[in-house]
Amino acid sequence: MYPANFDYVRPSTVEEAVRLLAKHGDDAKLLAGGHSLIPAMKLRLARPKVVVDIGRIAHLSYIREAGGAIAIGAMTTHADVQASKTLRDKSPLLAETASHIGDVQVRNKGTIGGSLVHADPAADYPASILALDAEIDVVGPRGTRTIKAVDFFVDLLQTAVAADEIVTEIRVPATAKTVAYVKTEQKASGFALAGAAVVIGPNGVRVGITGVAAKAYRAAGVEKALAGQKLTPDLIARASAQASAGVDPLGDIHASPSFRAHLAQVNTRRALEQAVRRS
Amino acid sequence: MADANTTPYVGRAMKRIEDPRLITGAGTYTDDLRLSGMVHAAILRSPHAHARIKKIDTAAARAIPGVVAVLTGADVNASCGFVPCAASMPDLKAPKHTVLAGDRVYFVGHAVAVAIASDPYVARDAIDAIDVDYDPLPVVANAEDAVKSGSPLTHPDLGTNVAYTHNVSGGGNIDEAFRKADRIVKHRLYHQRLTPMPIEPRGVVASYHAGEGALTLWTSTQIPHLIRTLLPGMIGVPENKMRIVAPEVGGGFGAKLNVYAEEALISHLAMRLHTPVKWIESRRDNASATIHGRDQIGEYEVAVKNDGTILGLKSKTIADLGSYLQLLTPAVPTLTGLVLTGCYKIPAVKMEIVGVYTHKMATDAYRGAGRPEATYLIERLMDVIAQELKIDRLELRLKHFPAPGDFPFPTSCGLVYDSGNYAAALTKAKQLANWDQLLKDRAAARAAGKLSGIGVSTYVEICAMGPSKAMPAGGWEWGCVRMEISAKVTVITGVSPHGQGQETTFAQIVADRIGVPIEDVVVMHGDTAVAHYGRDTYGSRGTAVGGTAIVMCIDKILTKAKILAAHLFETTVDHVVFEKGTFTSPGVTNRVITWPELAGEFYVAKNLPADLEPGLEASSFFEPQNFTFPFGTHIAVVDVDRDTGQVTITKYVAVDDCGPQINPLIVEGQVQGGIAHSIGQVLFEQTIYDEDGQLVTGEFMDYAIPRAHDIPDYILGSTVTPSPVNPLGVKGVGEAGTIGATPAIANAVMDALEPLGITHMNLPLTPEKVWQAIKSKN
Ligand SMILES: Cc1cc2nc3c(=O)[nH]c(=O)nc-3n(C[C@H](O)[C@H](O)[C@H](O)COP(=O)(O)OP(=O)(O)OC[C@H]3O[C@@H](n4cnc5c(N)ncnc54)[C@H](O)[C@@H]3O)c2cc1C
Repeated sequence: MYPANFDYVRPSTVEEAVRLLAKHGDDAKLLAGGHSLIPAMKLRLARPKVVVDIGRIAHLSYIREAGGAIAIGAMTTHADVQASKTLRDKSPLLAETASHIGDVQVRNKGTIGGSLVHADPAADYPASILALDAEIDVVGPRGTRTIKAVDFFVDLLQTAVAADEIVTEIRVPATAKTVAYVKTEQKASGFALAGAAVVIGPNGVRVGITGVAAKAYRAAGVEKALAGQKLTPDLIARASAQASAGVDPLGDIHASPSFRAHLAQVNTRRALEQAVRRS
Repeated sequence: MADANTTPYVGRAMKRIEDPRLITGAGTYTDDLRLSGMVHAAILRSPHAHARIKKIDTAAARAIPGVVAVLTGADVNASCGFVPCAASMPDLKAPKHTVLAGDRVYFVGHAVAVAIASDPYVARDAIDAIDVDYDPLPVVANAEDAVKSGSPLTHPDLGTNVAYTHNVSGGGNIDEAFRKADRIVKHRLYHQRLTPMPIEPRGVVASYHAGEGALTLWTSTQIPHLIRTLLPGMIGVPENKMRIVAPEVGGGFGAKLNVYAEEALISHLAMRLHTPVKWIESRRDNASATIHGRDQIGEYEVAVKNDGTILGLKSKTIADLGSYLQLLTPAVPTLTGLVLTGCYKIPAVKMEIVGVYTHKMATDAYRGAGRPEATYLIERLMDVIAQELKIDRLELRLKHFPAPGDFPFPTSCGLVYDSGNYAAALTKAKQLANWDQLLKDRAAARAAGKLSGIGVSTYVEICAMGPSKAMPAGGWEWGCVRMEISAKVTVITGVSPHGQGQETTFAQIVADRIGVPIEDVVVMHGDTAVAHYGRDTYGSRGTAVGGTAIVMCIDKILTKAKILAAHLFETTVDHVVFEKGTFTSPGVTNRVITWPELAGEFYVAKNLPADLEPGLEASSFFEPQNFTFPFGTHIAVVDVDRDTGQVTITKYVAVDDCGPQINPLIVEGQVQGGIAHSIGQVLFEQTIYDEDGQLVTGEFMDYAIPRAHDIPDYILGSTVTPSPVNPLGVKGVGEAGTIGATPAIANAVMDALEPLGITHMNLPLTPEKVWQAIKSKN
């Protein structure tokens, strides 16, 4: 497992990193926790000529309250998200989701920015990011912009972040305790065969699903069926049946498309039931 | 003198002596070796399951700075001989197995070329730069397809895909048994292909001393001695100029009970290039080019009376051998035939095994080799019979157990079981599991609409391999015990432990019998320059066979020591009393002689009787007269999630009888690991090749192995039935867990699904498969 030859640079500011990306173009790849990039390089599925390590840029790892929202630095590790008291008190879904990612080693190294930009169709965060309706800040040669969660995931391993941009911050709203993430693991990798994140708020229910399709999505059919209704077990069961409506489920040796679709429905129902129990 | 408070050591649950170095990262594995001038090899492997190699262009690879050489089969095969298969059977059709492919490749992962470079990164770059022109050929990737007429041939020059057909019958008249039957119970079972996945893949470092003509090979293996026996014939270095070292070995499970192409190839490269060469297998190489296990399809028929009496058993097995024969490939399915009748009195058996070539990696011995297959099928069949005849499954088993007085018990399969008390293990397991309560809980769970199941397996297996007449290369074991001048004791064993804990268990045995503190005993192994002879570690033979050789050495040492003690006491040997490390001669003298004094006398050698040699060392070869047959009962309790098909093991009880336990903690560890293997096999592990022979499960991303959170809290117990086969009475426990557990867990899942009318599913019982089965009954 030996990667191809590459150069390594370690900028100390976001601006410097942006300049390096601009300079090297498609030859460059940002390195955050390295837990998606390095395995891909070792398998020689990724062969960047220049690796730009953003691990030493100060002030990219934090979790703090910002107005009604909680702001999370892109370099914040899964372990820090999982353990954050601020998140657990104010917006617990992300902390719960982080606890489902990989193992202790992975959580200690992997970062929220890296996970979102890598956009693995079976990653855990995307479901919750969608259900929370988060905002993602990116910095590039054209300045800073904010991407809404629904616009963020474009396709398999593809996001709205351009190759010369860096994710700097993720903002999630404060929520009640009525949130939940329920996941079925792909037995070998531990990633999600189907993961459902739900946020039950004063203005309705949002549901994000990961693992099922080429990209994570909002389960619009479920949300609509629940809108403005009292969340009875019966209604939850009926609405959850819409969890995979209109998507084209993935199939592989670990689960057929129909099983993934089925798990999306079961886990949506279970996540809704759990969130209701937490009220 | 040994501390009275700490002896005996035998029987104590002591922590392993080898663990501190392993846990703290201070062990030396093959990849930790750094020799001066060492270069690194990488192997290019075939992406095709079957293809003709039209051309290999290595020019670009050779041009990379740092590349020492790039070689193909045409360059090296003539110097490396053939990869050996030790199993000989009549009419076996076998392809010649060269270390690199000739003009064809026969499986994905088949080694095609080797690049050697100054560092492993450059070596890897070099194999990427080799250009191979393949002409793909028809593929057969399924054993049942391979025996059909018109199937593509794995090796067209053999003219058939059938490597051998092996027929065994034993006991009484099988036709009569089937004529007398009230009913014939039929079942078909599939043992999926498994990838052993040791956490440390294989690795080899070879160093050749041209002046001495001597080769040293470090290899991550279970069998340094068998390699020293077989490698000389491949590369032409004589046995007595060859040193094989097995450093720390990070898992074997049978996968490293083999002589692999790379062991000859890397040795040859070290000789050819006049510099040490290292090759470390990547995970993907390990998944594709280290042996796989199981992959047998069987059809079984049992002749039964309405009262449950089993009259006879017929089986037909197709064993998928893969494309080549590794060391024991064709023999493994025949081991299944040896314990086909399990722990039951079954008067007549008939078995046909067809070994079949396909375009896949070779199968070979994998944890339990043959016995898990046999046990799974007989234990599944017992449940099926019980269910069809509506008899209690425990009663059915009890009815067919040989009684303790029936031992030594000759079976229809031609073995003689050494000792046993099968009902005692079953009774104890029932107690530990709180059986009656389990039945009540299951009834309550079912009443509440849950899918809850209880599974049982009562097993017997074959250990302590084995009598030389039954083993291809001899089944004896060698050992040596030396008391040094300082009264420290050095023990050298010919077994090659790699996780079995014999550095500890042998030290316990020696410390007790010689009467020294365990800290004074060192157990050495795994280096043919130290342990000259041995037959290594597999088939749960280490303690039962290797430990016995050590006991024989101790007896010789004590005999010799008493002669000198008698001389010093100025008396005769029959007046010498030896106890806990001290020699006395009550009634003759008050003098007390302890080991430091006696050891000193042996080596300064100024006051020895005329006919006594100096030094205190003995070596022995032990030849066992029979295998040993451990047994036990496992009980698994599971819940099945109706919605997701997910199986959860809620209780697991195992009662294993491996004879007297030298170290119960190690026994427990072996059983725990074995059950973990079974959890993997029953619930999720499987090696998948698609119909084109592409390996789909080549990484941990796709091949699931059990993790800590898959393992329930085990309730472990034991019974103790000594074996008459060796003086320690020990039977062996390395594979028992995985032999007993697979059917217990599978039977539990099937029991949970029984109320839905689901009677059969192939392993592994993955959530999707279980969900589909449930759905099909809705
Ligand atoms: C054994 C194992 C198990 C795992 N299990 C799970 C699991 O169960 N669930 C799960 O969701 N994930 C899992 N992962 C993936 C893990 O969460 C990764 O950490 C994550 O996907 C990537 O984050 P990273 O910080 O490691 O990013 P890296 O690997 O460093 O980078 C990933 C990609 O994102 C880009 N990138 C990184 N940071 C930024 C940024 N700030 N701006 C723009 N681009 C950026 C990189 O250039 C690269 O293309 C697992 C990984 C491993 C190795």
